[in-house]
Amino acid sequence: MNYPKELFYMKSHEWVKFLDDATALVGISDHAQDALGDLVFVNLPQAEDAVTAGESFADVESVKAVSDVYSPVTGTIAEINEALLDSPELLNQDPYGAWMIKVVNVTDHADLLSAEDYEKMIAEEA
Amino acid sequence: MKLIFEASRQGRGCSLLPACDVPVYALDAAAGRKNPPRLPEVAEIDLIRHYSALAKRAYGVNDGFYPLGSCTMKYNPKINEEIASLPGFTRIHPLQPLAMSQGCLEVLKLAEGYLCEITGMDAMTLQPAAGAHGELTGMLLIKAFHQSRKDTKRTKIIVPDSAHGTNPASAAMAGFDVVSIPSTEEGMVDVAKLREAVGDDTAGLMLTNPNTVGLFDKNILEITEIIHKAGGLNYYDGANLNAIMGKARPGDMGFDVVHINLHKTFATPHGGGGPGSGPVGCKAPLAVFMPGAPIREAACWADTGDQELEIIKRAAAEQAEGTAPPPKNDEEKEIQKAAKELLARLQQAAGPELEFGPVSPLSIGSVRAFYGNFLVVVKALTYILTLGKEGIPEASENAVLNANYLMSKVKDLYPVAYGKHCMHEFVVTLEALKKETGISAMDIAKGLLDFGIHPPTMYFPLIVHEALMLEPTETESRETLDEAAEMLRKLHEIAKTDPDILHAAPVTTTVQRLDEVGAARHPKLHYAFPE
Repeated sequence: MNYPKELFYMKSHEWVKFLDDATALVGISDHAQDALGDLVFVNLPQAEDAVTAGESFADVESVKAVSDVYSPVTGTIAEINEALLDSPELLNQDPYGAWMIKVVNVTDHADLLSAEDYEKMIAEEA
Repeated sequence: MKLIFEASRQGRGCSLLPACDVPVYALDAAAGRKNPPRLPEVAEIDLIRHYSALAKRAYGVNDGFYPLGSCTMKYNPKINEEIASLPGFTRIHPLQPLAMSQGCLEVLKLAEGYLCEITGMDAMTLQPAAGAHGELTGMLLIKAFHQSRKDTKRTKIIVPDSAHGTNPASAAMAGFDVVSIPSTEEGMVDVAKLREAVGDDTAGLMLTNPNTVGLFDKNILEITEIIHKAGGLNYYDGANLNAIMGKARPGDMGFDVVHINLHKTFATPHGGGGPGSGPVGCKAPLAVFMPGAPIREAACWADTGDQELEIIKRAAAEQAEGTAPPPKNDEEKEIQKAAKELLARLQQAAGPELEFGPVSPLSIGSVRAFYGNFLVVVKALTYILTLGKEGIPEASENAVLNANYLMSKVKDLYPVAYGKHCMHEFVVTLEALKKETGISAMDIAKGLLDFGIHPPTMYFPLIVHEALMLEPTETESRETLDEAAEMLRKLHEIAKTDPDILHAAPVTTTVQRLDEVGAARHPKLHYAFPE
C-alpha cells in the first residue's frame, strides 16, 4: 500500500494535499479504495459549495456499499474532478492522482495524520 | 435465453383481455402520451415459454436452503395461498358497498388487532407496501408528532452504524438529518455516545432489536429512555421481529412506532413472488397522524354508554352467532326477547357491522391507495391464525435455536463477529481467511451456489469486514442445517487447498460469475428495437 509523504490523512481515510496555505486537493487513500473494492459511482458536490472539516461532502459507491467521504478542511470548493463522474474507476487506479475536490479559502482543518502515523494506524487496525 | 423483446414480432399478440363491456371514457388528451409505448408483441405460447424459462433459472425458497440474513426467507405455507385465492377475497373491489365487503373488513381489522398485540402497539395501518415504505411512513408520523407540538427544531434522527441502509435513507427522505452513532466492541449501541448525541434537536432513534449482528441489545430500556427523556420518539425496524415474536414486544421496550415486514416474519412471499407488505403500528398518542381511515364497528354496534342497551346488544350478538345460552330467569328471558327484536330490526336494515371512520384531520395522508396489498394481509392473517398463540412464540424459539445450531457447527472455521450466542441470525467474518488464502466472502458465497444453496447476505453489516450473515429460519430441518454446515466446512477446506476452484465458482449455474462492476458502471436499462 502506498502513502505519499507529502500528503496528510484523516482517520476516515481521506487525503489532503496543501498546494499553498489556503488551497488544497482532497481525495481518498489507497487503503480506502482497496477496502471499498471496485468503485462504480461517485457523488460529488458542486463548485462554490462550502465544505466543513470533519463533515461529509461526497459519497462513493462500490459493489459492496455506499460510503460517505469526509472533508479534511473547511473552505470553498473551486473545482470538482468531473472525470470521476464518468470514470469512478480512476479512484481505484490512481487514488492520489484522482483528487475529488479542490478547496480554496481554507480556514480550518480536521485532525490530520502524517503518512507515517496513518500507515501505523492501518497496521494497528489490521 | 432470448429477451422477450427479441422474440417480439410486430402485429403478434395474445387476446388475454375480454372485450370492454362498460362505457369508455376518453382521458384528457393533454394528459395522454404522444406515441404508443413500444412493447414486446408475442403470442401467448411465446409468453408462457418465456416465463417458464425464467422460472427455471430462478432460485426460491421452494428450491432449497436460503439463509439470506436479515431477510427471513422462511417457507411460505401453501394454505396461505389457498385462503388468499378464495373468490370472496379476489373478486372484490375496494369501492364496492360496505355491506358486500364485510368479510374483507373483518380480515383487515383482525390483522390490525393481532399485529398490535404482537408488537405492543395501539394502532396499525396496513397501507405501506413494504419495509422501507413502512419506515418512511413511520418517519412521517414522528415528524407530524413534533410539528403538531410546534417542536420544529427536532430535525435529527439517530441511527446506529450497524443499521440497515434503508434506515438513514428513509429518515433523509422524510426530511431529517441523520446522525450515526458507533457500536461498542460487543456489537451493541454505545450508550455513552448516544447520551452525547441526544438533545433538543433529537426527533427520534431508529433501531432494530435484535440488531444486525444478531444480538439482542441488553440496554434497550436504557436506550429508549434516553431518547424519551430528550423528547424524541423511538422507531422499531421490524426486520428482525422473527427472533422475538410472542416473546418480547417492541411496545414494551419503549418503542413508539414500528414497522413489520409481513413478507419476512409472517410467511408471505418475497420479491418477485410478492408483493410485500409493511404495516406500521404506533402508540396511542400518534394514532391521530396515521394514514387512511380507521376501521371501526358500525355506529349501531359501537358502545353507546347506555348500560341496558349494551346488555341487549351483547345478547343480540350472541344470538346472531348462535352462542346464546338458554335464559335462566325472567330477567334474562326479557333481555333475550329484546335482543331478538333488535336483531330483527338490524337484519332488516341490513346495515354493515364494520365501517370506515373519518380520516383524522391530522393524518399524514394516504401512503398507498385503499388498504395496501390486501391479499398479502390475508396470507399473513392465515399464518397468524394457523400458528396461534402457542405457535407464534414457538416459531421464534425455533428460529433462534436453528441459528445457534448452525453457528455452533461452523464457528471454529468461520469466526463469529460478535457474541457467544445469537438470536435468529449470526454474522461471521472471513477477514482472516481472505488474508491467508485470498478467498473472500464473495468467493465463499459463489461457492455455495455450486452446492445448490442460496448465498447468505454478504458484506453486511458494514461494520464487519468480509461479512457473511446467515439466517436459517425456523422452517429448516436439522438435516438441512447439518448439510449446510458440512458444505460450509468443505468450502473452507477448498479455500485452503485449491482456491482457484472458488475463484472460478459458480460453474453449475445457468450463468457463471457475473461482472457486477461492469453492470453497475454501465447498466443497460433500455432495449433498443432494431429499426
